[in-house]
Amino acid sequence: MADPGARPTWRRHAARNRNIAIGAAILAVVILAALLAGVISTHDPRRLNPAQRLKAPSAANFLGTDEFGRDVYSLVLHGAQVSLLVGATTMILTSLWGIVIGLIAGYYRRVDMALMRVMDGLMAFPAILLAIALMAARGPGIGNVIFALSVVYTPRTAMLIRSTVLSLRELDYVQAARALGRRDLAIAFRHILPNCVGPLLVQASFIFAYAILAEAILGFLGVGVPPYVPSWGNVIASGKNVIREAFWVSLFPGLALTISGLSLNLLGDGLRDVLDPRLRVQ
Amino acid sequence: MTAYLIRRLLTVVPVLAVVVTVVFLLIHLIPGDPVSVMLGPDATLAQIQATRQALGLDRPLHEQLFKFYARVVRGDLGQSYFLDRPVVTALLERAEPTLVLTFSALLVAIVIGVPSGIVAAAYQGSLWDRTLMLISLLGVCVPGFWLSLNFIYLFAVRLGWLPAAGYASILADPMAALRYMVLPAVSLGFNQSALIARISRSCMLEALQQDYIRTARAKGVSQRSVMWVHAFRNALVPVITVVGITMAILIGGAVVTEIVFNIPGLGRLIISAVLRRDYPVVQGVILVTATAYVLINLVVDVLYVFIDPRIRYG
Repeated sequence: MADPGARPTWRRHAARNRNIAIGAAILAVVILAALLAGVISTHDPRRLNPAQRLKAPSAANFLGTDEFGRDVYSLVLHGAQVSLLVGATTMILTSLWGIVIGLIAGYYRRVDMALMRVMDGLMAFPAILLAIALMAARGPGIGNVIFALSVVYTPRTAMLIRSTVLSLRELDYVQAARALGRRDLAIAFRHILPNCVGPLLVQASFIFAYAILAEAILGFLGVGVPPYVPSWGNVIASGKNVIREAFWVSLFPGLALTISGLSLNLLGDGLRDVLDPRLRVQ
Repeated sequence: MTAYLIRRLLTVVPVLAVVVTVVFLLIHLIPGDPVSVMLGPDATLAQIQATRQALGLDRPLHEQLFKFYARVVRGDLGQSYFLDRPVVTALLERAEPTLVLTFSALLVAIVIGVPSGIVAAAYQGSLWDRTLMLISLLGVCVPGFWLSLNFIYLFAVRLGWLPAAGYASILADPMAALRYMVLPAVSLGFNQSALIARISRSCMLEALQQDYIRTARAKGVSQRSVMWVHAFRNALVPVITVVGITMAILIGGAVVTEIVFNIPGLGRLIISAVLRRDYPVVQGVILVTATAYVLINLVVDVLYVFIDPRIRYG
């Protein structure tokens, strides 16, 4: 855990960390591709063109076309928008809910037991199956995917924040703040939360990666975003049907998914090394 | 030791209670009237009313919850709307392929992961170490379902070595079962082998830095004996924890792998149930898999006691 006074040191370490540099650079490219998708894509990703179906990669279609004649390059670029939107929003929501639940549980022993049993119960479900079940109840759609993945991943963040709070609340400076008559909320925001930022950042980058992957899996299974929305999972699913004739349809969105996952994992590993050297994988 | 086991056994009860409650609440997450959604737009008002009564959805929420608990305890998970049979029967019919796939993938993950981690730790910093760790980083990031598709393209479509999809029961035809299971098990197990390799490596490195290892080396114990007898056994506890976590991920991953390889297991069952809005089946599958996960973790914790005496006497 970094104490507030040490912040410049971890920033210096972060700037020198190779994993963070590579991860952030790749992620920046993916984000840029998503933001500029409308400008740099060569075709309308939703336009069906049966005459051009299953064309191999060429100068006209850089990454080929799918079974409906849609341009795979344009689909991959627009798919990045869906992936990043779901990943980033899920990351923000799980962090917010995780902070609230983790702070309450770590601070108020009376509700701690009940809250943690609920978190244990939610974590007992295999993540993707719980997401599928929630999607079954709520129906397809980007909003529902974000809701389902936030429910699935919040317990992990909540437990992390709780354990950080538990280790901090007994420290002298927190006890001193309490003795000075500071309110619980003020202590939480001024003295405890700033010290949770390190572990939270590490966790958030991994949840971003999980959420992008889970969104693609839900799309692939046909229970995520509706099939007409260009998402990586949906394109890979359509590629599955034509794998014998056109391997490129599933190959390129899968590569994009792998590269995004790699960048976030590198970023997470690097941040962990810098922010919490005790957790470093040797 | 008995006290530890009883304590551990009791922790399962509240977790399972939450699991059952979450599964129960799923129906109530359906936007609008769940019965209208289940029966579709053609249902008459009388049909909707009758179904609501049959499912007990007209009763207060707490009463519904207690009834649901009572049913689950009796092993009654309701009736499938589409399969025309009890959910438990449908689950039992589809359990074998999922179990075979999960355990085969676990075997692949352990067989690849543990030795890779140990070799990487034994030769820390070497080319072996760096190559294995790079592969394991990629292994963690490559989506399993996409890897499956690439395996199908390479080994089934291009090379024709293995079938692209399908399933044969291990009881009926073990050789055919093996041929059908190779690609799904390897593609599902590969991701997890990467995680196991990383954890095995870091646990081994930690164990190798302990004083007793230095003592063993000073006594002239061979490198092989130091690695396997002294270090590996002490690195085993966290590795077993990861194997427990791996099982849960594999159960989830099996759902996706079954869709890719057209395997008629619980994964195909839940996905077709989602698409047909057959909610009792959806509830049944996630209840059974979550319970399996809780019980696997219980077994793992009990195994610790036999591996690490400090827990037994702690």
